[in-house]
Amino acid sequence: MREKTLRTVVAFHTTTDALAVETYCAAHGVPGRLIPLPTIISAGCGMCWSAPDAARSAVDEAVRSAGVDPAGVYQMLLS
Amino acid sequence: MIYLDNAATTLRKPPQVGQAMLDALQTLGNSSRGTHAGALDAAHTIYGARVKLAQFFHCARPDHVVFTSNITESLNIALCGLLRPGDHALSTDLEHNSVLRPLYRLSAERGVAVDFVPADRQGCIDYDDFERLMRPNTKLVVCTHASNLTGNLVDINRISAIAHAHGALLVLDAAQTAGTRDVDMEALGVDVLCFTGHKGLMGPQGTGGMCIREGVEIAPFKVGGTGVQTYSVTQPEQYPTRLEAGTLNGHGIAGLSAAIDYLNEIGAEAVEARELALTRRFYEAVRMIPGITVYGDFSGAHAGIVALNIRDCDSGEISDALSEDYGIATRPGAHCAPRLHEALGTKAQGAVRFSFSWFTTEAEVDAAADALRELAQA
Repeated sequence: MREKTLRTVVAFHTTTDALAVETYCAAHGVPGRLIPLPTIISAGCGMCWSAPDAARSAVDEAVRSAGVDPAGVYQMLLS
Repeated sequence: MIYLDNAATTLRKPPQVGQAMLDALQTLGNSSRGTHAGALDAAHTIYGARVKLAQFFHCARPDHVVFTSNITESLNIALCGLLRPGDHALSTDLEHNSVLRPLYRLSAERGVAVDFVPADRQGCIDYDDFERLMRPNTKLVVCTHASNLTGNLVDINRISAIAHAHGALLVLDAAQTAGTRDVDMEALGVDVLCFTGHKGLMGPQGTGGMCIREGVEIAPFKVGGTGVQTYSVTQPEQYPTRLEAGTLNGHGIAGLSAAIDYLNEIGAEAVEARELALTRRFYEAVRMIPGITVYGDFSGAHAGIVALNIRDCDSGEISDALSEDYGIATRPGAHCAPRLHEALGTKAQGAVRFSFSWFTTEAEVDAAADALRELAQA
């Protein structure tokens, strides 16, 4: 397994919201990528934005600027 | 073949539409089902199309662009998701069965009251009738932007003003105008815009959708898998997922997205001007031919449609002769517009419909007029 690091994880209500945040982050150099939703957040499926925890404030700003109401924002260890 | 049945579907598409679909067939996974490269490619393709369509139709929010399989599905979702027992809906005689049948069913099954603004023998409506037929419980007005039979355009600004003054929503059927007119839902005052991808937008069949104004709440027509909120026993509340159960037509949406790129390159004004010029050219060439009756009002702007008959000849026979003897594709019969045929007095005969597209040439229009001249003399 890959080594776990502290990540900021944003969960979404819809895939469209996830893509809106991804698009904003790509355009503004905010680090991170879309990953499957960790089961510790929800047992359902879906995708979330995972970024280095150091980028937390930039990610929060990206979510706001993309006009997205997130399902949740978490800090957790992920591989 | 001279293809003049573009109101049914555009046969000639921009070449990049087919290429985009082929690429999609070979690369796309299923959007919203995982985050591997194929799934994300699909998600990016579909999201990109949402953004483009939102801009194209002036929908404030890309997440309020919902994909469907065609405009009939869009209209069913809108009408069944908005109308409840005790509501009243107002529509017109110009409508296609994609509007009429959902309304008839809602009337029979939910007790929704329905009225229709009548059309005259030219297929025109009196806008004062909207005011006259509004009721305190009118939930929505649903109407076409242009008749699929006569091509008459409808003054949507005027209707939306009346609907909104009475607290009702306006649901627009843009089947015959999306892609061939500037359909700006904000400027027109449209609350729910329903469109199909395979006509004027020149995308593939199996694509369509709706643009929903923020604040308009439509109950889901179908429920099921969405790739999110799996353990919720109800459909997610958020648009577009609320109305998009099941796998989307990612391959088709890729083609539609390429078609929107093409339309943005040439510009809506250019498409509108070309189709209007072709329509006017054909109308002027055939209207004075002895024995031909043209239906509709050509005094002003018009969709790219001309419907006509030769004396009392069966429209199917004329259309078949055009196809077999001249290689010209047209649409005879009733065009899924029963109320308008009754208004025009063409229920028994039907009509022969000629419809044009961006790719139609002047030579094709002239050949069709020449063929009609011969048939009318026979």
